[in-house]
This record gives sequence, C-alpha cells and structure tokens, in this order.
Amino acid sequence: MAAYFASLNFLKLLRSMPGGVAQGLIWGLMALGLYITFRLLDVADLTVDGSFTTGGAVTVMLILAGWPAWAALLVAVAAGVLAGLVTGLLHTRLGIPAILAGILTQLSLYSINLRIMGMSANKAVSVDKYHLVLTSRNIPGSILTGLIICLVLISFFYWYFGTEQGSAIRATGANAAMCRALGINVDTMKVLGLAISNGIVALSGGLMSQYQGFADINMGRGAIVIGLAAVIIGEVIGHALLGKYMNFYGTLSFVVVGGVLYYLVIVTVLWLKLNSNDLKLFTAVIVGLFLAIPYLRAHRKSSFARLKKGGGTNA
Amino acid sequence: MLDVVKISKTFNPGTINEKRALSELSLHLDDGDFVTVIGGNGAGKSTMLNAIAGVWPVDEGRIVLDGNDITALPEHKRAFLIGRVFQDPMMGTAPNMQLEENLALAKRRGERRGLRWGVTKAEREEYHERLKTLGLGLEDRMTAKVGLLSGGQRQAVTLLMAALRKPKLLLLDEHTAALDPATARKVLELSDSIIQENGLTALMITHNMSDAIRHGNRLIMMNEGHIILDVRGEEKAHLTKRELMEKFSQLSGAQVENDAMLLSK
Repeated sequence: MAAYFASLNFLKLLRSMPGGVAQGLIWGLMALGLYITFRLLDVADLTVDGSFTTGGAVTVMLILAGWPAWAALLVAVAAGVLAGLVTGLLHTRLGIPAILAGILTQLSLYSINLRIMGMSANKAVSVDKYHLVLTSRNIPGSILTGLIICLVLISFFYWYFGTEQGSAIRATGANAAMCRALGINVDTMKVLGLAISNGIVALSGGLMSQYQGFADINMGRGAIVIGLAAVIIGEVIGHALLGKYMNFYGTLSFVVVGGVLYYLVIVTVLWLKLNSNDLKLFTAVIVGLFLAIPYLRAHRKSSFARLKKGGGTNA
Repeated sequence: MLDVVKISKTFNPGTINEKRALSELSLHLDDGDFVTVIGGNGAGKSTMLNAIAGVWPVDEGRIVLDGNDITALPEHKRAFLIGRVFQDPMMGTAPNMQLEENLALAKRRGERRGLRWGVTKAEREEYHERLKTLGLGLEDRMTAKVGLLSGGQRQAVTLLMAALRKPKLLLLDEHTAALDPATARKVLELSDSIIQENGLTALMITHNMSDAIRHGNRLIMMNEGHIILDVRGEEKAHLTKRELMEKFSQLSGAQVENDAMLLSK
C-alpha cells in the first residue's frame, strides 16, 4: 500500500490535466449535440456512438487524401447529418421506436465506418505531415481552438433555438399534441433535431481524431454515455452554482463544463493507475449514479418506505 | 362555413374491440354559429371534434371548412383554420417554455416556421395587452414557465392561444371539465367573450346541460355516433333541462331520470 502511494506522483497528475481539459472540451462539444436530442426532443439517440466514429473516419480519410482539415470537418458534419436523417426517418416514416432506430443506424454505421477507412480498423494521421486543426502535441493551442468552437456553437444554439424553427423543435419535445394543433409538423422537427445533433457529434469525432492523431473503429463506443455524463454533471453543478439564475446560455456552458469535469475525473482515475480497460465500467457507474440522484432525492421526500418507518409528518 | 358530410369512423375494425364511433354523421355550421354539444359517454362527441381536427383520417365522408376540402389534410396542415382547447389543461401548452414563447408558437399557427426570431418586441406588447384582458395578472409573468401556472390559468392561456390567430373554427373539447366549479365558470365566461369579440364559429362539448343551454346559439345532442337533436335560436333559448332530458330519453330510446344518467350513458 505504501509503495502504491509512493509511486503516485502528484506533479504528474497536474501535468496531465491540460490534456484532460482539451479532450474534455471535445467531449463537451459532443455533449452539446446530445443535449438537443436528450433534453430538447426527449429522445435517447444511440446513433451517436456510430456518428462520432463516422466523423473521425471521414475527417482522417479526407485529410490523408489531401483535403484541408477544415474542409474535411465540414464533410464530416454532413456525414453526421446524414446519419441523423436516417435515424429520424426510420423513426418517423417507418414507426420504429426512436431508441431502436438509433441502435439500427449505429450498427449499420460500424460497417460503413470500416468501409470509409478502407476496411482497416485504425487510420493514423500525423501532424508532422498534415496541417491539423488541433493536436495533442500542442495542448494550449488545442484548448484554445476547442474553447472557440464550443463558444461559437453555444452562440449558434442560443440563436437557433430562439428562432421560430428552433422554438418549434423545443415545443415538439415538450408537448407534441399541442404542436400538431398549432400546425407544427412534429415528424419534421424530430428529423431536423436528430440531423443537427448528429452533425455536431460528427464534428466532435472529427476533432477527436485529429487531437489523438488517428481514427479508430471503436472510438465512439460509449459516446452516448459520456455525453449524458457531461449533460447531467453540467446540469447538477450549474444548478448548484447558479440556482434559479440558470438560463439557456448557462445550461449550455455547463454542459461543456460537464464534459471537461468528466474528463478530468478520468485523468485522475488513470493517474491512480486503475486499469484503463475498467474505464467504461467506471463511466457507467458514474452516469448511473447521476441519473438516479433526482429520483432518489424525490423518493426520499415522499415514499411509502418512509411511512413504514414512521417518518410521516404526523408521526 | 363548416360542412361535415356523412362521415363515419370505426375504431379497431375487425377486432373484438371494434367500435363504430361515428356513423354517417352530417353537420352544417353557419358563419358565427356557437354550437354546444351534449351526449352520453361514447356518444361520439370528442370523436366528431377529433375528426374535424384531423387527429386521424375518417373512413368515409367529406369535411369542408371555409371552402377548403380538408378531408385529406393531416392534423398539422389543417391547423391554420382551426383553434383548439382540450379537456386536459396540460395538453394545450408547453410546460417548460415561457408564457410568451407559448403565445408566440400559437401566433404562428399554420405558418411556415423559419429562421426569424421566435418572439419579437412588437408581439410582446400585443401579448401583454391580451393577457391583461384575462384579468389573471398573467401579463406580469410573461417570462414564467407555463408549467408553474394553475390548471385554470393554463386553460385560459390555451383559449387565448387558440384565438390569437383568428381561427375559422374553434373546437372546445370539454375544456372546463377538469377545473373546479368556480374556475370552470370563469373559463366559460372567458370563452363566451372571446367567441363574441372575435365573431368566431365554435363547437363546444360539455357534460353540463345547464352550460349547454346557457351558452351558444345552437345545441346538438349526440347518441351512438350521430346527431339526434339540433335546436337553435328562440327554441334553444327557451329550452329547459327537463325538456332536454325528456327529449333525450325519447330520441335515444333510453330512460333518463336525471342529469347523472345522461352523463354516464
């Protein structure tokens, strides 16, 4: 035990923090995409595990083909939008429950992503040979780029979800029956939301592949859980800090903060020399806990179990 | 104005739960008609309103509203002609959106929703004035989430929303049934004044016979998917509850001794 603690170098943890922030920002961006479906449309969209990888694969392959990185990212966004469209149409046109539609698209994307990467599970793109938007070799630069992209996207969200169309998407998630009565095509709004969401997720996948210097067929596995972790951690902390002053700007900013915090926890866990293969289990437990907190909190205030113990107000 | 011609609807056809909810129902409404609709449970009142609103397609018949044949239009595409208030106060508004955002959504009923700003400054002033007329103090809570309002307040807001962009036809589906008596009376009065001020054509379902007699210029009674009684003008104005009940038992062939029987039929 003493030997274990002696082997931990606190300075090493501090040194790995900036890298954690950079990656956290990229995951925060992906969480912003997930926020549209999970919170605004009230749908758990499992497409993202696939479309994150699609974004990475498209970006790397196009850069390797000589495209400038920014153009490659644009095509990646388009590919993500397409994936979201497929899920949306499976759901609205063919009546498949949203969660299953997402699973179907995600599964098919595994094959498609392999095809995009020329049937190899891993494609490297070296920052020495190509000009990349961000890279783990330049962490301060990557943090700055990540921050700028997140800020631009938050501003875009703030504008778009304030427009007539964006309001209609929000209303669709809140009350579909009302929307139909007000002449809103609920199906179109769902497809639109899924498309935009997956476009952003693919953008984040494209950034991640550049940061780590490769695209991997499994890079998106569990992306939805990480995204949910960011959304929920961000909401909990945002509410604790801002309370009722929390507005849409605040909510979105804290989603990104949630992504960064999540990744810093991961960095710390790795520093504690936990086996990195256990990370998914660890993530699932954390997200499970955060998802359960609102329920357990409400349950504590009003439950049958409490009455049984004689804890009722009349006892 | 509204022409419903021999519409029929059967739910769950070919199953043990088969139910012919509307059978060759026809109805003509003149411009400015305010029609109250009564009938027992399962008489087809809500089904008729849902058929007109386009919640699902009818099996047979045609529906023409203000010169537009809307029979084949899905719900959201006929919304530009129709304003609606539901029985459930939760159904008509988006709880996690602001009051003014809800009104703005309704203001654009049936319009293409583009990338213009969702609520403009000029609109806010209009909403402020309109909310004032409700007398509920809601004009000072325009940025509050609608979910924080009471059922009666939400129903009043839904009424306002339905009339914000003047509809050719207003459908009220037992919109006071879930409210306490005092609030229900207020919302009914409000419905009356909104219909009168805007000169709206309206169909209002109610379970309360006195309300059905007191409001509107015309009353229809439904049973087993069609209309069995249609009174208007002077005749309706002088109608009594007792007469109405007698008519019901006579026309439906059932023995009705009181209000409650009619309600539970």
